[in-house]
Amino acid sequence: MSNVSTNKRGIPNPLAWIGAAALGLFAEVGHLTVFAAKVKAAAFTPRWYPAEILKQIIRIGFYSLPVVGLSAVFIGAALALNIYEGGSRYGAEQFVPNIVVLGITRELGAVITGLMLAGRVSAGISAEIGAMRVTEQIDALETLSASPYRYLYAPRFLAAIISLPLLVLLADIIGVMGGWLVSVYGLGFDSTVYLRNTLDFVTRDDIITGLIKAVAFGAVIALMGCYQGDKSEAGATGVGRAATLSMVGAAVLVLAFNYVLSTIFVEIGL
Amino acid sequence: MSTPILRLQNVEKSFGKNHVLRGVTLDVQPGESVVIIGGSGSGKSVMLKNALGLMTPDGGKIFFNGKDVTNATGGARANMRDRVGMLFQSGALFDSLTVWENVAFRLINSDRVSRGIAKERAIETLRKVRLGPDVAGLFPAEISGGMQKRVSLARSIISEPDLIFFDEPTTGLDPITADAINDLILEQVRGLGAAAVTITHDMPSARKIADDIAMLFEGQIIWRGKAADVDRSGNDYVDQFVHGRAEGPIQPAI
Repeated sequence: MSNVSTNKRGIPNPLAWIGAAALGLFAEVGHLTVFAAKVKAAAFTPRWYPAEILKQIIRIGFYSLPVVGLSAVFIGAALALNIYEGGSRYGAEQFVPNIVVLGITRELGAVITGLMLAGRVSAGISAEIGAMRVTEQIDALETLSASPYRYLYAPRFLAAIISLPLLVLLADIIGVMGGWLVSVYGLGFDSTVYLRNTLDFVTRDDIITGLIKAVAFGAVIALMGCYQGDKSEAGATGVGRAATLSMVGAAVLVLAFNYVLSTIFVEIGL
Repeated sequence: MSTPILRLQNVEKSFGKNHVLRGVTLDVQPGESVVIIGGSGSGKSVMLKNALGLMTPDGGKIFFNGKDVTNATGGARANMRDRVGMLFQSGALFDSLTVWENVAFRLINSDRVSRGIAKERAIETLRKVRLGPDVAGLFPAEISGGMQKRVSLARSIISEPDLIFFDEPTTGLDPITADAINDLILEQVRGLGAAAVTITHDMPSARKIADDIAMLFEGQIIWRGKAADVDRSGNDYVDQFVHGRAEGPIQPAI
């Protein structure tokens, strides 16, 4: 924004400021789109680095299990309590299992997993790649005839889109179990009836919509981490800023994609 | 005279209003060691990154072995890089890989040599830079700065390149370790018969490893001559730099 014109007192011209901000936003979206296209091309054409992909699946998927599991159990439990409280106003407490499983599978399992990984994974990827950028390790990769898109970014992208659906499936199961725990041991529901209602109500489409969202969230989380890390500026401040931007950007995009995909699913009746 | 292994022809590079390279012209013959000296911010690193293809020049041409590689991409760029080694100022070793995996990186990931054979060759190359096999399994963070430079040197020579770039190879090292690194550079470059382009502001290092010394000032090569002639260059800028004087035509970068 340093090029924005100012008046005699040094106060920026508001129109110029808005114009510069809009241009900056368009430029950023353009750069991100080109970057995403390059990563996608590297991810879906040879050559692949299977050992790197496996290493990233362990880092992104396996090491996220505790945080996803804990988040899901508490969300499921809180959801059951709130639905019970709201439902009791209309004598509709018996719908707790139905609404919990619907809310978890179609929405919260994927969104909570996406948001937790935006913090844990996107910021981590960004900090790691940012540190590699400022210590010339990415330049070194290129001089050793290895493309950073193939060796660094594509394995993280593939690992994220493989891991996220599995994590969301797990979050769905644990989230429903969180609701079951509170309902059975806190609200007096019969365990067998609760589980039967849950299984009878949930449909294949409910689960599939969550998994489709998970693939999209995985792509967004990995891309934001790699993109911000790649354009990280020199020094600890630059790497820290890249980590913050990737985390915030990934979280906002997860929520935006969630809304867009939910709208599409409703429109097509999925 | 044979075709230069590296030719920079009027290379220009700017960042916004900052014109870093203003028409750099430089030839490096096969087997020749050229050292580029110049103050901080004179454009040495930018010149090197343009020569390596890590940056694209705004103007001018870059030739490698007679072929125009100015805007080379894909296979043409890969062919050039297969014949080039680089020692970065910071070492730029990959943190997540062991020493031998760093040294053998090109063999495993580009040349598709099996890990077993690559490890043997890495250990053999580490020996050339006076590092024993006990270091091979350590991570870069577990070894000293001088050892990291030697590992980086081993990584740059393992594929026996025709041209090696050295970016400030002795920066941050004590004088004894720096001299040892200079000896290793000389020994390995001469052993391979490779050309070398070194950027530095360490004059003892420049005198030791250079056939020719060139001075970069304000984005241009303002003098080039034999290393033995650097003290009688007849150029005020070179004299000031070589003798490390604050007074003279070059303003200190503070």
